[in-house]
Amino acid sequence: MSPHCEPLAFSPRRIAAMVLRYCYLLRSSWPRLLELIYWPAVQMLMWGFLQLYIAGNAGFFARAGGTFIGAVLLWDILFRGQLGFSISFLEEMWARNLANLMISPLRTIEFVGALMIMSLIRLAIGMGPVSLLAIAFFGFNLYGLGLALAAFFVNLILTSWAIGILVSGLVLRNGLGAESLAWTIMFLLLPLTCVYYPVTILPDWLQAVAWALPPTYVFEGMRELLINHVFRADLMVRALALNAAFFAVAAAGFIALLDSARRQGSLLQTGE
Amino acid sequence: MLARAGGSDGLAPCARKAQLCGIVPTPSAKAAQPAIAVERLAKIYKSGVAVDGISFALEQGSITGLLGGNGAGKTTTIAMILGLIIPTSGTARVLGAEMPRQRYRVLHRVNFESPYVDMPARLTTRQNLTVFAMLYGVEDAAARIAALAEELDLVELLDRPTGKLSAGQKTRVSLAKALVNRPEILLLDEPTASLDPDTADWVRARIERYRRGRGATILLASHNMAEVERLCERVIIMKKGRIEDDDTPQALLTRYGRRTLEEVFLDVARGRTEARQAAQ
Repeated sequence: MSPHCEPLAFSPRRIAAMVLRYCYLLRSSWPRLLELIYWPAVQMLMWGFLQLYIAGNAGFFARAGGTFIGAVLLWDILFRGQLGFSISFLEEMWARNLANLMISPLRTIEFVGALMIMSLIRLAIGMGPVSLLAIAFFGFNLYGLGLALAAFFVNLILTSWAIGILVSGLVLRNGLGAESLAWTIMFLLLPLTCVYYPVTILPDWLQAVAWALPPTYVFEGMRELLINHVFRADLMVRALALNAAFFAVAAAGFIALLDSARRQGSLLQTGE
Repeated sequence: MLARAGGSDGLAPCARKAQLCGIVPTPSAKAAQPAIAVERLAKIYKSGVAVDGISFALEQGSITGLLGGNGAGKTTTIAMILGLIIPTSGTARVLGAEMPRQRYRVLHRVNFESPYVDMPARLTTRQNLTVFAMLYGVEDAAARIAALAEELDLVELLDRPTGKLSAGQKTRVSLAKALVNRPEILLLDEPTASLDPDTADWVRARIERYRRGRGATILLASHNMAEVERLCERVIIMKKGRIEDDDTPQALLTRYGRRTLEEVFLDVARGRTEARQAAQ
């Protein structure tokens, strides 16, 4: 819809413009495309072969087939989802294009919407081939999880977007000096959300922290499904409720940081 | 002449409808309203005062130069007018909308060009202009881009990555982006910085032609006195965040008893007010 008609309207065309901009970029740069597939493939292969080795030597792992590869693939949805969001945002900082966007009719919600769509597109490019490799190498069919996979995916992608929104706000406010957050923040969640082991392994006080994080419920849910063949809908509902809170905090944080960037004049100076 | 998008008045049909509904001011209402009105505008950072309570209003269709040395507050003033920076106090209004609070009412009627803001380097000129045309809601973006390419001599550059263009070519692409929505208000921050004299002259001619054809209001921040002298009918001279003087180029020359704006600028920059006092 044209902004001439309804100056306050949300515009799918402007979101499409931003998605098109990022697709042009991906299409023009094969290293960017390769990077989307490279690390997920390496990780999946490494953990898959490790699982094969352990499974041959321990009865429990023989029964718990696929938990490692499943964990790797779900972790990559979380990690790559956030990275896809944040990198698309960082592209504007690297290109010194942010001021052009901020003086255009593009609204914050449209910009964030475009970044979410790009996060999904980048994830599809990266995870699609890797999930097929998991079938070919280890006989692990992620899509065989059916509806449970949809519940896992929704919860993980919501967490990744919430964190991506907050990181983008921090970069907006503090410049490219805060860029490393985009690459590293998720690794803080790696031990806390119990990707590769059950929550009960953690000390009691850390378990409370783990249960405050939505992805913990997803990884626990995945183990329940693969080991005991039970889908725990209650875990997914709790994760969704926590995600709603995470998302609200991230959105409020982003708006506050954007406002602060406008006060500090950092939208024009997007360097370090 | 730049091609007009939409009807003979340059408005898209829906914009004409919005005008009838009172969402967009009618021409008679517009005539009374300044294009840009800045009132006691100030920006104070922890490091010091960038803009110190300045006021001015620009008539619609006028072209004004904002002159000043480094750190005079020109870019901060323009950024506050665009809504990129929130003022510490005072107001900046664009076509009646207070910036940045009401910016979405008017941003589609405004545009900006600066050598300090780039466009994505890996995208081709055509791709960049397509994205911005979509963002600004330009109808028939392909036709608009073709017209701009013709006007700004970009036809050969349309399918080349923007990052591989020379400084002069990039400036032309940035100017095309700034004109893609046929803005009523155009803010230019040192549009000819780092350009050779020939290219700079070419760019000035295009700016002048656009202003005449569109009746646009232009605010031009520059260090280049010859540029301001050639293009502007009014000059605002800033120093240390304040307006030191504000008049037509001819009146300034007379007041300071100088032959060129460069001499006037140096008088103001170095605090030499004797010439002005003697002339008065």
